[in-house]
Amino acid sequence: MKRLLPVIALATACNVASADQLTAVSFGGAYGAAQQKHMLDPFMEETGHKILFENYSGGIAEIKAQVESGNILWDVIDVEVIDLERACSEGLLEVIDHDSLPPGDDGTPAAKDFSEAALANECGVGNIVWTVLYAFNNDTIKGGQPSSIADLFDTKKYPGKRALRKRPQVNLEWALIADGVPKEQVYEVLETDEGQARAFAKLATIADDIVWFDSWSQAPQLLNDGGAVMVQSANGRIFDAIQSEGKPFEMVWDAHLYDLDVWAIVKGTKKKDLAMEFIRFATGSKPLSGMPEVAYGPTRNSSYAYVDKAVIPKLPSSHLDEGLKASGDFWADYGESLGEKFNEWLLK
Amino acid sequence: MNNNSLSVEEILESKRLLNRKKRLLLLFTLPLLVFIFITFISPIATMLYRSVYHPTVSQLIPLSLAELKNWDEAGDALPPSAALQQFAIELQDLSKQRLSGKLAEEVNRLKPGSSSLIKSSARKLKKTTLEELQENGDSVLLSYSKKWHNIDLWRAVKRAGQPFTDSYYLTTFDLKRNPAGEIEQRDTQIYLKLYWKSLKIAIYITLLTALLAYPLAYYLATAPSKIANRLMVLVLLPFWTSLLVRTTSWIAILQTNGVLNSSLQSLGLIDEPFELLYTQAATIIAMTHILLPFMILPLYSVMKNIDPSYLRAALSLGARPIPAFIKIYLPMTVPGVSAGALLVFIISIGYYITPAIVGGTDGQMISNIIAFHMQSSNNWELAAALGSLLLALIIALYWIYDRLVGVNNIKLG
Amino acid sequence: MKSYPKYFTFWHILAHYGLRFCSLLVLAFLMLPILVIIPLSFNVEPFFSFTEGMLALEPEAYSLKWYAEIWHDDKWLLAIKNSFIIGIFATLIATVLGTLAAIGLSNPAMPWQKLWMAILLSPMIVPLIITAAGMYFFYSQLNLAGSYLGVILAHAALGTPFVLITVNAALSGFDYSLVNASLGLGARPTMTFFKVIMPLIRPGVISGALFAFITSFDEVVVVLFLAGPEQRTIPRQMFSGLREQINPTILAVATLLIIISAMLLFTIEYLRARSERIQSGELDS
Repeated sequence: MKRLLPVIALATACNVASADQLTAVSFGGAYGAAQQKHMLDPFMEETGHKILFENYSGGIAEIKAQVESGNILWDVIDVEVIDLERACSEGLLEVIDHDSLPPGDDGTPAAKDFSEAALANECGVGNIVWTVLYAFNNDTIKGGQPSSIADLFDTKKYPGKRALRKRPQVNLEWALIADGVPKEQVYEVLETDEGQARAFAKLATIADDIVWFDSWSQAPQLLNDGGAVMVQSANGRIFDAIQSEGKPFEMVWDAHLYDLDVWAIVKGTKKKDLAMEFIRFATGSKPLSGMPEVAYGPTRNSSYAYVDKAVIPKLPSSHLDEGLKASGDFWADYGESLGEKFNEWLLK
Repeated sequence: MNNNSLSVEEILESKRLLNRKKRLLLLFTLPLLVFIFITFISPIATMLYRSVYHPTVSQLIPLSLAELKNWDEAGDALPPSAALQQFAIELQDLSKQRLSGKLAEEVNRLKPGSSSLIKSSARKLKKTTLEELQENGDSVLLSYSKKWHNIDLWRAVKRAGQPFTDSYYLTTFDLKRNPAGEIEQRDTQIYLKLYWKSLKIAIYITLLTALLAYPLAYYLATAPSKIANRLMVLVLLPFWTSLLVRTTSWIAILQTNGVLNSSLQSLGLIDEPFELLYTQAATIIAMTHILLPFMILPLYSVMKNIDPSYLRAALSLGARPIPAFIKIYLPMTVPGVSAGALLVFIISIGYYITPAIVGGTDGQMISNIIAFHMQSSNNWELAAALGSLLLALIIALYWIYDRLVGVNNIKLG
Repeated sequence: MKSYPKYFTFWHILAHYGLRFCSLLVLAFLMLPILVIIPLSFNVEPFFSFTEGMLALEPEAYSLKWYAEIWHDDKWLLAIKNSFIIGIFATLIATVLGTLAAIGLSNPAMPWQKLWMAILLSPMIVPLIITAAGMYFFYSQLNLAGSYLGVILAHAALGTPFVLITVNAALSGFDYSLVNASLGLGARPTMTFFKVIMPLIRPGVISGALFAFITSFDEVVVVLFLAGPEQRTIPRQMFSGLREQINPTILAVATLLIIISAMLLFTIEYLRARSERIQSGELDS
C-alpha cells in the first residue's frame, strides 16, 4: 500500500488544484451556445475566472442528490420556473439578494427593470422567456400547413410521425386543448381523474404515430432527418435551425406553453460569492440582450434597446395571447403521479 | 517412514505449520477483501437498506407523529386537535427553515395533490405568530383549506412518517396498502409488465446469440487451426472494442437515413425507410451484436474438445447430416450452450447503456427504470427496491451458473 | 476442387458450404458495424451517414476536420486526459491487490476459497446500474463523489475480478514446491515473490492489468453517476454526445478507440501465446 500513497496523494491533488473555477449548468444546444457567447465568455474575459459549462436536461433530481449528499458539483444552474419553486421550497437553492442586482444600462433600478415574474421567487433571477411549441418541416409535411394543436392530433389530414418529448408535461395539456378544453381550464380539468383519463385517451388516438425523444436537442434532428414531420420543441432550437442552417421548418404558436428560465445557485456551494457575481453579470442588460439570437426573450426591459427589431415578433413574449403559462404548482402536485401513469400508458 | 509413526508433537507441528500457511494465504487475500468490502459491498448494502428505511418525514415532524400515534386512521374522524396543533407548529418551523417542500414532496408521493396545499399553508403559517398557533393552531390550519379536512391526507402524513416501510417493495409488485392496512392492487400497473418486458428482451437476445454463435463456433472449432486463429481475431476485436463505439455504430446504421435504410433504398428494395432506431428491435439487434462474443467463446471451447470422429463415424455409416448432427453432436455441446446462454442472459438482463441510447421508449429495461427513478423522479427508495430485486435475480442465475460451469472456470479471451 | 470422403453425398457438401456461408455472415455481422464507423468519421458533412460524394469516392467528400475538432475542443481533451489518469491509477490498484489475492486464493490450502472467490468476483457480476447507484450514495457521504479518487477507487474495484481470473489461471499450473524450495534455501519472502513467483505469472499479471485498464477505459455507468464535470471521461463524453448532440466528432473518437482496442487485443494475444509456452515449458523465464 505504501507505494500507492503518492498515487492517491496525486489524485487528490488534482481535485484541489481546480477548486477555483465555477461550474455552470444549462441546457446546451443553440441556447447554451448563446449563453456561452454572451454571458460566459465575456464574464471570463472580464474577471479572469474560469467557468466549466455543463449540460443537463432539466429537473431537480441531480441538484437534490448533490445537496442531500453534501457533495456539491454544480454552482450556478439555469432552471425552469416549473422546477424552481419546488427546488426552492425544498431548500436546494440559495436565497438570492435581489437588491444586489445592478440597474439596467438605462439607469432603471433592477426591481423595475426586470419583469415581475423574473424576480417572483427568492431563489432565482429571471433570465429568459421561452416556450414549447410544435414545428413542422415544409419539405415533408403532407396535407397542407397545420396551424393548431388540433392539427397536431389530426393524423388523417396530416399523416406522418409526430415527435414528442417523453414526459407527461405539455403533452397532456395539449391533448386536452385538442380535445376541446378551453386553455384557461386545462389545469383544473387535469386535476380530476376523468380529466386525466380524457387526456390519455386523446393522446392514445395518435399513439401509433408518436416518436418519443428525451432531450430537446433531438427535436430539430428528428425533423431534419425525416424521423418525424412535426416535432414538439423549445422554440429557440427550431428558430436556430431556420435561422442559421436555413432549414425549411415552420413554427406553430397555437397553445404554446411558455415559461421562464432563471439563474439560481445550488445550496451549499463553496463558491457562492463567485456564483452571485456571475449571476449579476449574466442578467445585466447587455448579456441578456444576446438571448433573442436564439429567439428567447430577455427578462429585462432595458435589454430590448439592443435587440434587433426584426427578431421581436419571433419572441414568445410577442405571442403570449396564443399561449398558456406552464403551471409549476400543478406539476409539483401531479408530476410524479402523472409521470407514473404516463409510463404505464406507454407500456400499453 | 509412514503416517502411523508420526508422534503427537510432529502432528501438532505440522498442524501449526498448516495454520501458519493458511494465515499467510489469508494475509495475501486480505487487502483485496477489505478493499472490495469498502469500495463495493458496503455501498450496495447501504443502498439496499434504503429500500426499507426512509426516515425523512419522521425527522421533519417527530412531535406531530408522536401525537398521531394514538389516532385510529382506519376510522373516519380527523386526528385529535392536539395533533393538528402540533402539526401547524412544526410546519411553521419547517417553513422558516425552508424545508416545508421536503415534507410536501414526501406526503404528495402518497397523496398526489397535497404538495401545493402543504407549501401554500406553510407560507401562510410563516406569517402567523407562534403564540397564536399554540393557542388554536388546529383551527388556523383547518381554516386555510378544506383539503385539510380530508382524512386521507392525514392517513398519508401518518404513513409517510413510518421510518421502516415495506411500501417500496409493494410498489415494485404493483401493490399498495389501503387505509385499513390491507394489501391490494395499485391503480397503476407498471412494474410487473416491465420485468416481463425486460425478461422477454433478454430471452430474445439469448436465443439470437445462440443461433448466430452456434454455426460460427462449430466452423471455428473444426477449421484448420491456422484459419481458425485468424478468424478468431475477428471475434475478439469486437469483444475488445468499446461498448460505446459499438452502440454508436448501431445509431449510424439504424437511423432513419442511416447506412441500412439508405442502402436498402438505393438497391430499390424499399420505398419508405424503416423506423428502427429508438425501438425495441434496435435494443435487441445492438445487444445481440455486443454480447455475441460471450456466446461464441464458451461454445468454441466446448466444441474444440469434442472429438470430430464421432460425427464422422456416424456420417460414414450413412447417417444423413442433419439427424446425425442433432442426435450426436448437439447433445455434446449442451454444456457450452448453457454456459454461454446463462452468461449472455445474466449480462443482458442488467444492461443499461445500450437500451438507454438506442432503445427509445419500447426498448427500455429494468436498469433504465432504476436510472429513471435515480435521476428523474427522485424516488431513490423505489430505485433501491427495484435494484434489490434485480440483484436477487442475478445472484440466483449466478448460483446456477456456478453449479453448471463453476465460477473458477471463467476464462477471458 | 477439394476432395471429400467417399461417403459424402451432395447434401453433405451442401451442408458443409452452407455452414461456411453462415459463419461468414455471422463474422460480417460482428465486424461490419465496427468497420462502418471508420469511413464515416472522415465525412465532410455533419451526418452519421454516407453522402453521395463519399460513395463516388470524391476527395472533397472526405476530410479530417472531425479529428481536428477533437484537438480544439477542451472537453474532449479533458476527457482523454481523465480517461488515462483514471484508467492507469485504477489499473495499478486493481493489479497489485488482485495479484496478491490470487496468490493466496489459488493455493489449495486456502480456507473457504470458494466463498472468497464468489465475493471477489461479484463486481463483475452485479449489474453496473446497481453498483453505480450504491456507490453514488455511499461515496457522496464520504465526500468522494465528484472526485478523481472516488472514480479511481470505483474503477479499481470493477477491475480486480479480471486480474484475479487471469493471475489465477497463470498460477493454475504453478508448482508451490518451488516456493518452499526458495524459502528453504534462505531467500526472503519478498525475494521469493519477485524472483520465483513473479516471472512465472508475469504474462497473467500483464493481461489482467490490460483487462482492468480496458474495463475502466470503457466504463460509463459508474462515471455517469459518480463523476463530476471535471472527471468526464471519453465514454461519458460520447454518451452525452449521443444523447444530446450527435456529430461526427464522436465517430472520430470511436475510430481512435478502435485502434486502441486492436492494439490491446494483439498485446493480450501475444502474451497469452507466450504464457502458454511458458506453462508448457518451451520457453525459459
